[in-house]
Amino acid sequence: MSNSIPEIEDADMMLCVGTNMTECHPIIAVRVKKAVRKGAKLYVVDPRKIPLTEYATGHLPLKLGSDVALFNAMAKVIIDEGLADMEYSEERTEGFEELKKHLEPFTIEYGEEISGVPAKLIRECAIAYASAESAGIYYTLGITEHICGVSNVQSLCNLALITGNLGKRSDGVNPLRGQNNIQGAGDTGALPNNYPGFQSVDDPVSQAKFEKAWGVPMDPHKGITKIAALDHAVDGRIKAMWICGENTLVTDPDVKHTTKALESLDFLVVQDMFLTDTAKLADVVFPAAAFTEVDGFFTNSDRRVQRIRKAANPPGDAMPDWWIIAHVAKRMTNDVHFDYENSEQVFDELASLSPIYAGLNYDRIERGDLAWPVPELDHPGTPILHEGEFLNGKGKLQLLNYVPPSENPDEEYPFYLTTGRRLPTYHSNTMTGRSGGFRILVPNEWLEIHPADAEKLGLEDGDWSKIKSRRGEVITRVAITKTSPRGTVFMSFAFPEEVMTNIVTNPEVDPKTETPEFKVAAVSIVRVEAPTGLGASEPLRANPDVEDPHLG
Amino acid sequence: MSTEMKMVIDGAEVSFQEGETVLEVARRQGSFVPTLCYDERLDPYGSCRLCVVEVEGRRLPASSCTLKAEAGMDIRTGSDHIRKMQSTLVEMVLSENPGDECPRCRDIGTCEVHELAEEFEVSRDRFLGAISNASKDDSNPFLLRDYDRCISCYRCVRICDEVEADHAITMTGRGWNKGIATAFDGGLMDSDCTLCGQCIYTCPTGALADKKMVNQGSKPGEIEITRSVCPYCGTGCSINLHSLDGKMIGVTPVLDGPVNEGALCVKGQFGFDFVNSEDRLTRPLIRKNGELTPVSWNEAFEYTAQKLSSVRDDHGPKAFYAIASGRAPGEGSYMLQKFTRAVMNSNQVDNCSRG
Repeated sequence: MSNSIPEIEDADMMLCVGTNMTECHPIIAVRVKKAVRKGAKLYVVDPRKIPLTEYATGHLPLKLGSDVALFNAMAKVIIDEGLADMEYSEERTEGFEELKKHLEPFTIEYGEEISGVPAKLIRECAIAYASAESAGIYYTLGITEHICGVSNVQSLCNLALITGNLGKRSDGVNPLRGQNNIQGAGDTGALPNNYPGFQSVDDPVSQAKFEKAWGVPMDPHKGITKIAALDHAVDGRIKAMWICGENTLVTDPDVKHTTKALESLDFLVVQDMFLTDTAKLADVVFPAAAFTEVDGFFTNSDRRVQRIRKAANPPGDAMPDWWIIAHVAKRMTNDVHFDYENSEQVFDELASLSPIYAGLNYDRIERGDLAWPVPELDHPGTPILHEGEFLNGKGKLQLLNYVPPSENPDEEYPFYLTTGRRLPTYHSNTMTGRSGGFRILVPNEWLEIHPADAEKLGLEDGDWSKIKSRRGEVITRVAITKTSPRGTVFMSFAFPEEVMTNIVTNPEVDPKTETPEFKVAAVSIVRVEAPTGLGASEPLRANPDVEDPHLG
Repeated sequence: MSTEMKMVIDGAEVSFQEGETVLEVARRQGSFVPTLCYDERLDPYGSCRLCVVEVEGRRLPASSCTLKAEAGMDIRTGSDHIRKMQSTLVEMVLSENPGDECPRCRDIGTCEVHELAEEFEVSRDRFLGAISNASKDDSNPFLLRDYDRCISCYRCVRICDEVEADHAITMTGRGWNKGIATAFDGGLMDSDCTLCGQCIYTCPTGALADKKMVNQGSKPGEIEITRSVCPYCGTGCSINLHSLDGKMIGVTPVLDGPVNEGALCVKGQFGFDFVNSEDRLTRPLIRKNGELTPVSWNEAFEYTAQKLSSVRDDHGPKAFYAIASGRAPGEGSYMLQKFTRAVMNSNQVDNCSRG
């Protein structure tokens, strides 16, 4: 996030795009609700009528993947109606005139044609965004998990740059990260193109720095992404993998492909708390300690580095992740330092090599008050990025075109399927599914479908259906709801043992980030008889009568 | 910048900012002012009357949570008269509560009502009469609701409205029939309630509690409380881990957590016991004759080191790939990328952010 979470409640206007916040980031949603209570405007851009729309000034129910057409049309309204911040644009951005010319065909009528959002509503939202004193953009994977994910993000950046809504309190462009330490994983250099602190691996100065620190030569070439690595496993170029705390088999798109990739490896190491579906394929499994059993840090969405602490004992031989990896490393090298006594020494080494963490240590992250960059020990942290100037000079306005999703409904596969999480079932349910009570709240997977579509297919609430895409099929029950628009159905992927949703999702990726298009797949839906042995009689939705094996 | 103003509290001159209440100023300067309906996250409500203070020049005591501080005010918080009123109020509140053991005090920590009973050294006996409300049987996995212990401070309703904006519960009835209900007086699971548990941690009594935390046979004095961060989404809410004899027994919100300020969602509040799951991995495993077989750490390390060395030596650095977790602590992801770069000699490392 460019800005901090507490600032949200002082925003005058919030544009929430592809973010089912009350279910996926409920405590960030608390700040949004507070801002609404103080009088802020809230516009929600999402194909589904998600709970956040109940608090909204306006809901823009766009068609899946039509974001660029919609936001380009908004940018054109802002420029045409004289609402652009010309002083900011001139001082801090480049390409304004080119953008203005590029946007000529992106009328609100064109925006309506592509996105399905009424032209009047596009204009209303654009004016509200551009007229507010401080307007913040908040988005989640509804923006990034598309083949045009980068363009989607850039189309939002254009809006912020032409209106001067980047670099001051309660505005900004704010991706909400979906996992507790996914920001921290990138910060620490678990990326194929960056060392810790986002220092580029193809920069000779950075290479020299890490060669000196670790005492061995660095590979001057970027690695490949995880998505490409699974392809390389299939074709035999990658022989061994070490997967820490990810249930890759369940959470990646196109399960058949992922299974093939992992089965093709000569050697697979999985480090986890549980024998996940991925771990079941491993040659070596390392038992990892839980977050309650170790000292360490998580870095959250607003770049806040926060301390976690050991409160309980790990079961059996389970050990902290860093300890396990360091011990394997020590058996493979005498040249590199891997003798650590505790996690604090690991953190201190990270901070010494990463300028954005240089001013941090365990004492300073005690309460979680500091957001990186924190370059020195007396630095107060940086809750707001880009104040006064951008790191790389001027903000470049991007000339973007609408690219339709890689799959669209046709005669054979007439529906759009989109996927996401539900409030009580987190991700592949390895944690919530093992915590007492959650099975009562969400006993099963279900397909959400609009009443008109259900009627056409002869489906009634609670019926069973087969959902089929070009990659495979799954069987699940249906819940009839107006949350889903006509023609678009929704599923989560929280019950892989019964319904492996990612069998049907689309592995096509954004060419720059290689992030798959989880949010759009074309599917067919047919009613089927209740399968035997698949929990056919189990109740749908929250039900206090469900027995929960984890509730003592 | 608002101008600094001065007032007198218990004989001492203190400064305050415009907009502050007398309660806030008095507590800041160290005066003991008891409250039951007050929560700093909520708008002042003024229903419990415990925060009464004497204001020079006024005939009657005033509730300090709703009284704005004014320049020149002269406030007394602890006269015998005030303490007598407060003590009587606590007695009356106690008399509405049942006399059996409060499960929250017993298992989690003393509730605010019983803390005040100890402070004023009073019991429920003097005004003994009818108790306040009928208990509700509510089938839900997380929230204990025992309205016999409700004192009608409405903090639960107010936090649901003012902080969560869920509006799942409301005040209902009058006089002895007053109470807390959902929109159609049904169970929580049939209402707009998201089971976030906010109401539990503002409730000053044992009327609301975490079902999982009571009846674990623990004594509050034996529970260790350790500050940490929620392991679910990327919001980074501060939580307190409650453990007993090295085992996790519960989570409570950290009221001054910089991101959440005491708010948590259903996952952060109640979804912690996966760590105690019986199917946790407890031993390193190596596949032998097709079966994953428990081995010692030493054997697992030796075997892995030998296998990865031969992949590197026979097929080159790029034949290895590492995926770091976005869920585990950052020291682990740092170590995995260092291992990949410094031992396997490539940049073949990523994390799970792409899918």
